[in-house]
This record gives sequence, C-alpha cells and structure tokens, in this order.
Amino acid sequence: MDFQYQFVLSTLPQLMKGVKLTIYITFYGLAGGLVLGILTGLILAYRIPVLNYIGAAYVWVVRGTPIVVQAMFVYFALPLAMGIRMTGIYAAVLVLAINAGAYIAEIVRGAVLSINKGFVDAGLALGLSRFQVTAYVVGPLAFRRMIPPLGNQFIIGLKDTSLFIVIGVGELTRQGQEIMASSFRALEVWTAVAIIYLVLTTFLALSLRWLERRMKII
Amino acid sequence: MKIVECKKVCKSFGKTEVLHDIDLSINKGEVVVVLGPSGSGKSTLLRCVNVLEKITSGDLIVDGKSVTDPKTDIRHIRQEAGMVFQQFNLFPQMTALENVAFGPIKVRKTPKAEARKEAEELLSKVGLAERAGHYPSQLSGGQQQRVAIARALAVKPKLMLFDEPTSALDPELKGEVLSVMKSLAEEGMTMIVVSHEMNFALNVGSRLIFMDEGRVIHDGSPQELYENPPTDRLRDFLRNIQ
Ligand SMILES: Nc1ncnc2c1ncn2[C@@H]1O[C@H](COP(=O)(O)OP(=O)(O)O)[C@@H](O)[C@H]1O
Ligand SMILES: [Mg+2]
Repeated sequence: MDFQYQFVLSTLPQLMKGVKLTIYITFYGLAGGLVLGILTGLILAYRIPVLNYIGAAYVWVVRGTPIVVQAMFVYFALPLAMGIRMTGIYAAVLVLAINAGAYIAEIVRGAVLSINKGFVDAGLALGLSRFQVTAYVVGPLAFRRMIPPLGNQFIIGLKDTSLFIVIGVGELTRQGQEIMASSFRALEVWTAVAIIYLVLTTFLALSLRWLERRMKII
Repeated sequence: MKIVECKKVCKSFGKTEVLHDIDLSINKGEVVVVLGPSGSGKSTLLRCVNVLEKITSGDLIVDGKSVTDPKTDIRHIRQEAGMVFQQFNLFPQMTALENVAFGPIKVRKTPKAEARKEAEELLSKVGLAERAGHYPSQLSGGQQQRVAIARALAVKPKLMLFDEPTSALDPELKGEVLSVMKSLAEEGMTMIVVSHEMNFALNVGSRLIFMDEGRVIHDGSPQELYENPPTDRLRDFLRNIQ
C-alpha cells in the first residue's frame, strides 16, 4: 500500500474550502430546520385546526421522498415549474432546512406529547395561560427530552450535505471528488474526507453531550 | 357566604356521564371531605371547580363567578381555587423555592425578589425552609406534597382543592402532609378534600360528602355519618377503607 501523506497535505487547502461550505450549509440548514420543525411540531402536538393538516402533509411528503430527489427538484425542477431560480448553495440550505424540519417536527411532537399531563394541569391550576404553560413548563421539559434525538438529526443533517454533490455545490465531498478526478489518488482523498467528516460529527456529538449534561434534571 | 355553588352540574366524557345533577353549595371556612369509591367522580368534581374540565350542563359558581359565563376569566377562578394533586406534579426543572415563587411571578406579576421572600416564608410554614434549593427528585414524597401545597398557597387562593393528597404516600409520610393541611384548616382556609383518611375527616372536617356513581349520596356532619351510616352502601364503604 502506498499512502502519500505529502499528497494529503497538499490537498488540505482545497478540502478546507469544502469544509467551510459544508459547515455553512449545515449551520443555516439546521437552524432553518429547527425553526420549521419546532413550529410544525407544536402545530401537530396541539392539533391546531387546518394548520395541523398542512403540517402532516409536509412531514408525509418530505419523509416519503429521498433528500437527493428533493435537492434535484428544488434546483432543477423548480426553475422550470415556477421560474424560481437560485444558486446551488441556497438550494442546499433550503433543502436541508425543509428536510431536517420534517424530522425535527416529529421529534418535537413526540417530546411535547411525552410530557406528563399533570404538569400542564398544575400550571393551569395556578392560573397560567395555555401559552405560559407551554413556554415555561412544557417547553423546557420537552426541550430536555429532545436533545438526544435532535443530536442524532443534526449529525444526519451534516452528513446529508454530502448529497448536495448532485447539484454541484462545492462542499467537502464534492471537493474530494474533484481532487480525485485530477489525481486518481482515491485512497488518500477518501481517507482524508472520511476523517474530516468524523472530526466534524464528533465535535457536534460532544457539544450536544455537553448541553445534555448541563440541562440534566438532577 | 357561598364560595362554591353547583347547580344541577352534569359532566360527561363522550357518552359516559360522570357527574349527574350535582347540587352542592360550600360556604367560606368549611372543610369539606369528599369520600367515595374509585370512579365515582370525585376528581372530576374538583377539576370542574377550577375549570380544568368544562361542565356539560348546569351551572357552577366559584367566588361569585360562573364557569359557564363567557365573560368570566377562567384564569381568575383558577387563581382563587388552588389545587393539590395526588401525584404532586411539581415542576421537575425547578427547585422547591422556584416552584413556589413561579405562580406569583407569572400570575400575580409579583416582583421576583418579593415572590422569593414569600416563597421562603411559605416553605418554612410547611416545614421545608432548609430544602428550598432542592429539586423535586431530591425530596421525599411527603416533602414534595408539602412543597406542592406551598406552591398552591403562593397565589393566595380563597379556596383549596385537595385530590387524594396522601394516596401516593407511604403511611409514615402521610402524617406530615395531613398536619400541614390541619393547620391550614385551623387558619380558616376553605378546603375541599378528597381523601379516605377518616381521622382527618373526623378531626378536621366540618362536613362529609359521600359520592357514588357521579351523585352526592350523603352530605352531613362527619361524626354523624361515621357513627350512624344511613345506608348500607356507606357502611360497607367505611368498613372497606379501614
Ligand atoms: N378525561 C377523561 N376522559 C374520559 N373519561 C374520564 C376522564 N376523566 C375521568 N373519566 C372517567 O370518569 C369517571 C370518574 O372519574 P374520576 O372523577 O377520576 O373518579 P374518582 O376520582 O372518584 O376516582 C371514571 O369512570 C373515569 O374513567
Ligand atoms: Mg380521583
């Protein structure tokens, strides 16, 4: 086996460009997904009339189709269908937000429904409004339950950015692919790319573990 | 002076009618103990009083406000009727002190420092001054229930509702909760207590209500009903809970 460390080092600047983009898409995509997911999750958990059905349809469509197809649809089909045109990076952020949002909605819904009704009764019995009970009692409790599955979803989201290679976004996997195409050094390139993903996901997992420990109910 | 008045109150869940034509009025200062077999509608009655459940028909007036009147602010009724639950239901992410101060801060808009000071006083009243910084999971069941009583008292209700406050407790922990309730009664608090603690009913209760299948079967003095049960139904029930 001939593994050229020198070559790996020489590719690092280009790979780092990909890392930056991967982090950018992950950060904004997941932030958008979190907003969308919390909103949809609450709508589903509290069965808000009408919106409830829209939310359920959204989750159904997104969970029922592959993210690669969603990316292709937004980037290639939307311009034809409605004249909506955007750069690959924006399309990637949008697709990740929509995709993660559907899964996060289910996480939020599950967490809210898992909170003992007794706490809601206790809050209402004190004279709090429904909104106050949700914000100060159910929210904080549900949030603690959401951290482990959310962490899982964040790691999936980060890795899913590699699929945006199909719409030509220059994220990490795409950079690896390009280096490969010009150098044919598959072993070095994919080892380096894999290790970088592992570093990123490990960092994400450790941050969430830290948050989980801080939020632990003694 | 009446503080709770039920007029032909009916409550159904779907097709099952749980309360049938309840007529009941409770005056300020009364300590009403409610007895009855499981499923007879005791919890539902309490929950209707502070509008955690909506009554199906009839009328229910709490502190002069009708629960069926659209102009009534239900939150106002709930602030006047404090509730203590069988399972305590303390907020697990808050310390004992935070649990007690929470209601006044959010509901009465009491300034934080003042609410915390009042919460400390309430916690010492229920004998838990040293546990102020403990989370519910660090307290025994009896201590949790005493914090829950302090939490309900913190919003300064005119009426306290207790739904089997000692049923979830080990026998040796029931006493500490019952003695807090007793001193509350001695201060003149109006109380409706669902409980099968006959000693409490006899020593502290001013009135005993026996419910069965969603109806009030007996309503009278605890001593008289206990010593001379007017029906076999009550006699058997009293024998079973001993
Ligand atoms: N939310 C609910 N939905 C449907 N049925 C209920 C609900 N709450 C109580 N019930 C029914 O109402 C009846 C009375 O319940 P409850 O008031 O809890 O009785 P108790 O407190 O005397 O044991 C029971 O048959 C119970 O199954
Ligand atoms: Mg009950």
